[in-house]
Amino acid sequence: MENWSLVSICVLFGLTARWAVSLNSYSGAGKPPMFGDYEAQRHWQEVTYNLPVHEWYFNTTDNNLNYWGLDYPPLTAYHSLLCAHVAKLINPDWVELHASRGHESYGHKLFMRATVLVADLLIYIPAVVLYSFYLSEGSNKKKVCTVLCILLYPGLILIDYGHFQYNSISLGLALWGVVVLGLGWDVLGSLAFVLSLNYKQMELYHSLPFFCYLLGKCFKQGLAGRGLFLLVKIAVTVLVTFALCWLPFLSDPGQILQVVHRLFPVGRGLFEDKVANTWCSLNVLIKIKTILSTDTQLYFSLTTTLLAILPSSIKLLMKPTLWQFKLALVNSSLAFFLFSFQVHEKSILLPAFMLPLFLKDGLLVPYVVTSLAFLFFSIYLLSAFEHCSEDKLRLGPYRRLLICMPRMDLGRVTKWKFYFSITAMAGLSFMSVALAPPDQLPDLFPLLVSVFSYLHFLGLLLYFNIVQIAEPLQSVRKNQKKSN
Amino acid sequence: LASVSLITALAVHCVVLLTMTVFSGYFSHSTDFEVHRNWLAITHSLPVSKWYHENTSEWTLDYPPLFAWFEYSLSHVAQHFDKEMLVVQNLIYTSPATILFQRLSVIVTDIVFIYAVKECCRSVREEKGSKDLLGHPFFILAALLLWNFGLLIVDHIHFQYNGFLFGILLLSVARHLQGRHLEGALLFTVLLNLKHIYLYIAPAYGIFLLRSYCFTKDNTDGSVRWSSFSPVRLVALGSIVISVGALSFGPFIAMGQLPQVLSRLFPFKRGLCHAYWAPNVWALYNMVDKALSVLGVRLKLLDVAKLPKASMTGGLVQEFQHSILPSVSPSITLICTLLSIMPAVLSIWCRPRGARGFLRCLVVCALGSFMFGWHVHEKAILMAILPFSILAVESREDAGIFLMLTTTGHYSLFPLLFTAAELPIKVLLMLLFTLYSFTSLKKLFRGSLLNPLETTYLLGLVAVEILCEVVYPLSPWQHTLPFVPLLVTSVYCSLGVSYSFIRLYVSLLRQHGTDKHKQL
Repeated sequence: MENWSLVSICVLFGLTARWAVSLNSYSGAGKPPMFGDYEAQRHWQEVTYNLPVHEWYFNTTDNNLNYWGLDYPPLTAYHSLLCAHVAKLINPDWVELHASRGHESYGHKLFMRATVLVADLLIYIPAVVLYSFYLSEGSNKKKVCTVLCILLYPGLILIDYGHFQYNSISLGLALWGVVVLGLGWDVLGSLAFVLSLNYKQMELYHSLPFFCYLLGKCFKQGLAGRGLFLLVKIAVTVLVTFALCWLPFLSDPGQILQVVHRLFPVGRGLFEDKVANTWCSLNVLIKIKTILSTDTQLYFSLTTTLLAILPSSIKLLMKPTLWQFKLALVNSSLAFFLFSFQVHEKSILLPAFMLPLFLKDGLLVPYVVTSLAFLFFSIYLLSAFEHCSEDKLRLGPYRRLLICMPRMDLGRVTKWKFYFSITAMAGLSFMSVALAPPDQLPDLFPLLVSVFSYLHFLGLLLYFNIVQIAEPLQSVRKNQKKSN
Repeated sequence: LASVSLITALAVHCVVLLTMTVFSGYFSHSTDFEVHRNWLAITHSLPVSKWYHENTSEWTLDYPPLFAWFEYSLSHVAQHFDKEMLVVQNLIYTSPATILFQRLSVIVTDIVFIYAVKECCRSVREEKGSKDLLGHPFFILAALLLWNFGLLIVDHIHFQYNGFLFGILLLSVARHLQGRHLEGALLFTVLLNLKHIYLYIAPAYGIFLLRSYCFTKDNTDGSVRWSSFSPVRLVALGSIVISVGALSFGPFIAMGQLPQVLSRLFPFKRGLCHAYWAPNVWALYNMVDKALSVLGVRLKLLDVAKLPKASMTGGLVQEFQHSILPSVSPSITLICTLLSIMPAVLSIWCRPRGARGFLRCLVVCALGSFMFGWHVHEKAILMAILPFSILAVESREDAGIFLMLTTTGHYSLFPLLFTAAELPIKVLLMLLFTLYSFTSLKKLFRGSLLNPLETTYLLGLVAVEILCEVVYPLSPWQHTLPFVPLLVTSVYCSLGVSYSFIRLYVSLLRQHGTDKHKQL
C-alpha cells in the first residue's frame, strides 16, 4: 500500500483514539470551588477576552490571580483569546466575565475538546508525520510504524484530551523546530522553538540543547566567517520573535517583571505533591523541604540541574550533529525534570507515573487502554525486542564500565529488566486502584509509584548520557548509518 | 504468515474495541442497552413460563428462546457486577457496573466472531505469489471483517450482540466452504434459533443443502441426478434441525405457549418502514408517493383534507396508508421478497456452483430481503455486507460491487448516531474503513475498481453528509421539516444499494449463463 494511505490511516486512528479519550471526564469535573485545569483554560479565555492586555497578569478587582491566574507566557494568552472569540460566536455565556465561572455543560465540553483537536491537527500531527518521514531511519514501513507509535503515545493523549491541556501546541512547535533544524534551515528552526518557548515555559527544558546545537554549528563553520553570520542571523531572529510575542508588554518594565514573576513562581517551594524527581524521593529519607530555606533550595536545585546538564551540552557543542542533538534533548529534559525547582508531574509526560493524577480525574479506563495499546504497538511494530542485542542498544560503553561482569549478555539483561518493570508497573497500578492504603501511610501508593519511576528516570538519564558522551568526536567511516 | 497477520488484525481489533469502552459511560442511553438489560432481568428473575408474557417494560422479549437462554446464562455472570440490574422493575437502570458488564459481554462474545473470521480467512482462495503482509488477501479479509464500520457502530456504540451472531453465521459459511456441511447446518440452525431474522437467508441454505448435500452426485451436464439422492443425509440434516429446535422451543411447546411466542417474534403491527427509512425499495416507494401527493396538492388535483394525517416520517412506528400509490401490506412485501430471491435460488438448484455459488446466493437473499422486506432496520444491511466480504477479496468484479454496497450501506447507518459528540467518531471511523477498503482492494486487484459514475455517486455522499449535518441544522427549515435530512440520506443510499443489488444479480445470472454455454 502506498505511503500516503497508510499514513492517513495511522493519523485517522490516532484522531479516533484522541476523540474517544476526550469523551471521558476532565480535570476538576464537577468539583467546585476550584475545579481543575479545564476550568483554568476556560477562565483564561474569559480573562483575555474581557480584560485589556495590561491587566491580564495583574491582580485586579476583575482578575483574581488566586483563581487560576494566567501563568503561561503570552502566546498561551493569545491562543485563549482566539478560542474566546470563537466561543463568543457559539455561546456568549461561556466567556461572560465573572458569570461564567465554573461553567460546565455538554456543549462547552465539546467546544473545548474540539479546540484541542484542532490545535493538535494543525500543529502536532503534521510535525510528527514530517519528522518520521524525513528524520528517522529505516524503510518506509518503519516510518509509518513510527508515526503510529508516536501518535498513540498515551501520555500526550491522556494529558491533553483527558486532563485537559494544550501541550500538543508547545510540543508540536518544538518538534517543528527539530524537523526544520534537521532539514538544515537553522533560522526557521530557532524561530519555531522560540514560539514554542513562548507558549509554555516548560520548553526551557529543551532550550539548552537547541542553544548548544546552534552555537556548535556556528563554531564549526568558523567564527571568523560564515559562522558569525549564522550566529547573528539566529540571534536577530530570536530577539525579534521574542519582541513580537511580548509586544503588548514591552511598553512597561513593570509588566515584564510581573509576567516573569507569574511564569516562575519561586515562592512556592521545592516541590508539590508526589513528583518522581530527586527532591521528592530524597524527601522520603531526609526531609529537605523543612531543613533548607526556600532560597537555599532554589540555588541548590539550580546548581544540580546545571551540573546534570553540563556534560551533555558540552558534548553537543563540540559535535553538533542531529543524532547528538536528539540525545541531548532527552538528556536535558530528563535532567531538568529530575533536579529543578517546582516541577509538576505533567512535565515528564510519562503515563505510568502519572497514574495517581489520572485516578483523581477518573481516567482509569483510558489510561489502561491507551497504555496497553501503546505498549503493544511499540513492542510489536518497532520490534523492540529484536533490537535488544548489545550492538543495537549501544551498550558498548557499559561493557567498558562493567568490566567486572564480562560474561553477561547485556541485551538479555535489558529485556528481562523491561519485563520486570512492566510487571511492577502493572502491579502498582492494580494496587493503587484496588487496594486501600494502610492508615499510617495514606500516601503509600503514589509515593511508591513516584519513587519507582524516579529510579527509572535516573537510570535513563545515566544511560542516555553515557550513550551521548561515549560517541567518538569524529564519526568513523564504518558506522555510516549512525553518522547523521 | 497467516497466523501473524491474523494476530495483528486481531490485536488491532481488540485495541479498537477497548478504545470504544473508553467512552462506554457516555453512550449508555441507547435503547438497545435497556432492551438487553431488561431481557437479562426477565430471564433471571422470572420463571420460564413468564418470559414471553412479561410486559412491564415496552421492550418485550422478541428473539427466539435460544437467545433467551443465552441471556439467562449471561445473567448469572451479571449478578456479580450489580444485582440491581436484574430487577425487572428497574427500568432504564444504568449504573456504571451495569454498563461495564454489558460492554464487556459484547467484547467477550466477539471471540466467536474473531474465531469465525480466522476460519473464513483459511478458506480464502489466493493467487500464488509473494505478497507482503498488508497486501495478503488473508489480512485484507480479516481487516474488512474485524474493523467493519457497521459492526463496530452497531455493536459497540449502539449495543447489540451482532458480533456474536454474525460470528456464528460466518463460521457456518466457512464450514460450508471447507466442505463440512453438517457442522454448517448445525451452526445455522443454532443461529436461526438465536435470531429469527436469519429466516431470510434460510432458502439459500435449504436449497443448497438439499441440492448439493443430499444429492451426492450430479449428471455430467450439471443437472440433478435423482438416483443419487441420499436419504441418510437428509435424515441427518432433519434431525439436526429438529433437535436444535426442540432444545430451544421445546419447553414452550410443552407449556402450550407457542402461539404467544410466535406473536412476540413476529410483530406485524409495526409498519412498513422504521422511523428512519432503511435505504430499500420501500423508501423510494414512499418518496415517490410523497412527491406525487405534494405535486397533486400543488396542481389542485387532490384535496389536502382527504390525505391521511399520519406521517411516515413522524418517528412513530405505526401502520399508515400511502396517499396516492397503493398501500403495501406485509403479504405484498413477502411476495416481493420471494420473487426477488427466486431466480438466485433456482440457479443454485439447476446449476450448483459449490459452496461459492451458495455464498453468492446467500448474499443475494440477504440483500433481496433487505430491499423488499417488512419493517427492515438499516442494520440488516450488515447481513449482506459481511458475507460478501469473502467474495470481494477473491474476484475483481465482486470487489467493485462490494465497495459500492459497503460505502453506501455504512453511510446509511450514520443517522443511528446523531449527537454532536458522536459526529467525529463516526466520521473518523467511516473514513478509516472506507480508505482502507478502497486502497487495499485496489492494490490487491491492481487497478481502479469503480467507473467514474460510481465514483461521482460516492463522492456525492460527502456532499449529502455536509448538507445533512452542517448546512441543514443551521437553516430555517430545521424546525418545520426536521425529517428532511433523514429522508435525503435514506433515498440517496437506497439508490446505491439498489444499484449494487442489480449488479450482483446480473453477475450471478451471467455466471449461470456462462455455465449453461459451457455445457453445450
